[in-house]
Amino acid sequence: MISSRMRLFGAVVALLLGASGPAPAQQLELKLMAPAAPGGGWDQTARSMQQALVASGIARSVQVTNVPGAGGSIGIAQFVNGAKGDGNQMMVNGFVMVGALAMNKSPVTLDQVTPIARLTEEIQAIVVPANSPLKTAQDLAAAVKADIAKVTFAGGSAGGVDHVMAALFAGTVGADAKKINYIPFSGGGESLAAILGGKVTAGISGLSEYDGQIKAGKLRALGVTSAQRLPGVDIPTFKEQGIELVLANWRSVVAPPGITPEQRKALGDAVEKMVKSDAWKDILKQKGWDDAYLGGDAFADFLKKEITRVTEVLKSVGLVKS
Amino acid sequence: MMDTFAALAHGMAVAMQPMNLLYALIGVFLGTAVGVLPGIGPALTVALLLPVTYKLDPGGSLIMFAGIYYGGMYGGSTTAILINTPGESASMATALEGNKMAKAGRGGPALATSAIGSFVAGTIATIGLAFLAPWLVDFAVRFGPEDYFALMCVAFVTVSATFGDSPVRGLTSLFIGLTLGLVGIDKLTGQARLAIGIPELLDGVEVTTLAVGLFAVGEALFVASRRHHAEEKLEPVRGSLWMTREDWRRSWKPWLRGTLFGFPIGALPAGGAEIPTFLSYSTERRLTKHPEEFGKGAIEGVAGPEAANNASAAGTLVPLLTLGLPTSATAAMMLAGFQQYGLNPGPLLFAERPDLVWGLIASLFIANGMLLVLNLPLVGLWVRLLAIPQPWLYAGILVFATMGTIAAKPSVVELSMLAAFGVMGFLMRRFDFPIAPVVIGLILGPIAESQLRRALAISLGDPMVLLQSPMSATLLGIALIALAAPFVLRGLGRFKANED
Repeated sequence: MISSRMRLFGAVVALLLGASGPAPAQQLELKLMAPAAPGGGWDQTARSMQQALVASGIARSVQVTNVPGAGGSIGIAQFVNGAKGDGNQMMVNGFVMVGALAMNKSPVTLDQVTPIARLTEEIQAIVVPANSPLKTAQDLAAAVKADIAKVTFAGGSAGGVDHVMAALFAGTVGADAKKINYIPFSGGGESLAAILGGKVTAGISGLSEYDGQIKAGKLRALGVTSAQRLPGVDIPTFKEQGIELVLANWRSVVAPPGITPEQRKALGDAVEKMVKSDAWKDILKQKGWDDAYLGGDAFADFLKKEITRVTEVLKSVGLVKS
Repeated sequence: MMDTFAALAHGMAVAMQPMNLLYALIGVFLGTAVGVLPGIGPALTVALLLPVTYKLDPGGSLIMFAGIYYGGMYGGSTTAILINTPGESASMATALEGNKMAKAGRGGPALATSAIGSFVAGTIATIGLAFLAPWLVDFAVRFGPEDYFALMCVAFVTVSATFGDSPVRGLTSLFIGLTLGLVGIDKLTGQARLAIGIPELLDGVEVTTLAVGLFAVGEALFVASRRHHAEEKLEPVRGSLWMTREDWRRSWKPWLRGTLFGFPIGALPAGGAEIPTFLSYSTERRLTKHPEEFGKGAIEGVAGPEAANNASAAGTLVPLLTLGLPTSATAAMMLAGFQQYGLNPGPLLFAERPDLVWGLIASLFIANGMLLVLNLPLVGLWVRLLAIPQPWLYAGILVFATMGTIAAKPSVVELSMLAAFGVMGFLMRRFDFPIAPVVIGLILGPIAESQLRRALAISLGDPMVLLQSPMSATLLGIALIALAAPFVLRGLGRFKANED
């Protein structure tokens, strides 16, 4: 009742402010689950999809529901059990869910859902405070090799993409990933303060999180995880510095288990059409997300590989007991 | 300094545009409404409105969000005072004395001191935001895990102010809270603790669920159980509806002290609003000239925490605007709002978009004024709530509490927890255990634990790090003195008594 009142109010505000009218009618009526609380990355992805799907007339209505909890473990359990065979439902997910499911020993896994498409990705960066003696990724690699315990990494929650990346970095440069001194903070904000304050050796997060500080000269980026240099990013990749570390924090959308191939194709087509719409491109530009569309079987393959890679890393750092 | 004044004046001009005033009004109105409902906070409201405001100009919608933020802080205290149901954890300290005042027929002055205190604190803190932000942020960033741990130690010492008559019972309550704080995924190793196989428990116990269960549901059960023994007569108004001269005299110092706690702690990236409210509560309790009134409805115990609450809301904007660090859920949503317009808060925002930043700061002043105008006339109306016959009132509270919990987290587990905490709250009242320490334990325990472990991980296990940081050493010293002082003073008193 409250949320409907809120929505009503939202509608009134929208009318007052002269927002654009309703999109042309279409047959698709979708339900989209964000397995997280309002405001986070998955929620924003779901609401952006809602906006783009309706604005470009691909769907008549899209309803976003939030099922927060345990890195998406609660949401996926409800999705797999409750939406089985329903061709009008989808769920947003991403890199972080892979690790969360493994760590929480979730009875439901990503093998059970029907992959639809990867949508966006964000490259990751390692930064140091501006006054740090470390100048390049190789300097950091040398420090890690010399005494891994003394190199403190700050980043997001345990088992998340930042943690996986710290372990991969250590492993790639030939140190014992099991011994990394990774200090998880809740959210990018707190870790940023610890890095700026010089409390830790290096920080790991999505590049956008550090962008302002890098440009203001308070942080120095040692490297980014894209395979090639991205346009507009004036930071060397790890690869060109001789460290094979390629990784992205991707977000994707999946459908419930047990849907027919036709239903899967219909959802896949709708998402593909959405990705090509101007509305979606505008949103990507606004939010600073990189388009990483990968549909159909190619995405299914990618997902499988990521699950294997992440689970191995988490086992190697002892977060997941084999 | 002159530049700041000029920029602020320019910001005022932006914020005073009729459309922006309208947005501010919509914001404070919505904020107050959602603040009253337990469970639905400003963060959720901003999240829901974000897509709607997409078409607005950035200044207007940010002004509206700021209004929601400040409004939420006001609304939360209204229910805390009137029906002992804190709308959010930051209003819990307010409920302690505020509800006692309301029951004694002094709901009017309690609401008034909280509204005026919020206004005073919000205004002073916003001035602080305008003039001290760049300096304060340097201090905030240097505050490391060891310093946070020391700050938590200070907070723990002050918990005793909420213990009531028996320290043993108080400590029991505190440890129940600390145990509840352990439930869920351990932040540092990612392992589940005390989750007994229920996936919903992996995220830990929600503070609002615990607070609403213990305070509101527990209270309703307790009142129902006593109904046939001796019916408690509630008089909505006894004495003046407004603050008397005496009330003013006793309120103004707590307002200022509360602001001094709230603003700097709110500006810390992991400071939050709860800790300053409790620090303020225990400070007022120690400093008051009317110690006998504490626990029965002392106005200082409302004025201080309410001021601290609102000042910390302004403090939160310091790291948000200067560093792009969102330190509360609402701030995170406002950050998303900034990004929606392609603006990245951070060191460059003040230089790149001064019109926006100063417009926002100016509109905070306006939102504050609007809230006072909106809230003071409502005081008379709100206190009439207490004239509702008790069975109706408490049935209403139960519905309210349940709805709020479901709205925040639609799950059976959450609702069962609410019921269980309600029964626990009833039993604790029945057997005279204080309730507040449970909630404080749940809030402080996990922060203290993870900050200490972070500090030790960074120092490679060397505990001396706690004493090497001057900030941490000072805070630990304060905690030690606060802990020892009552015993020492009592000892001295006895010594003197012997001499006589």
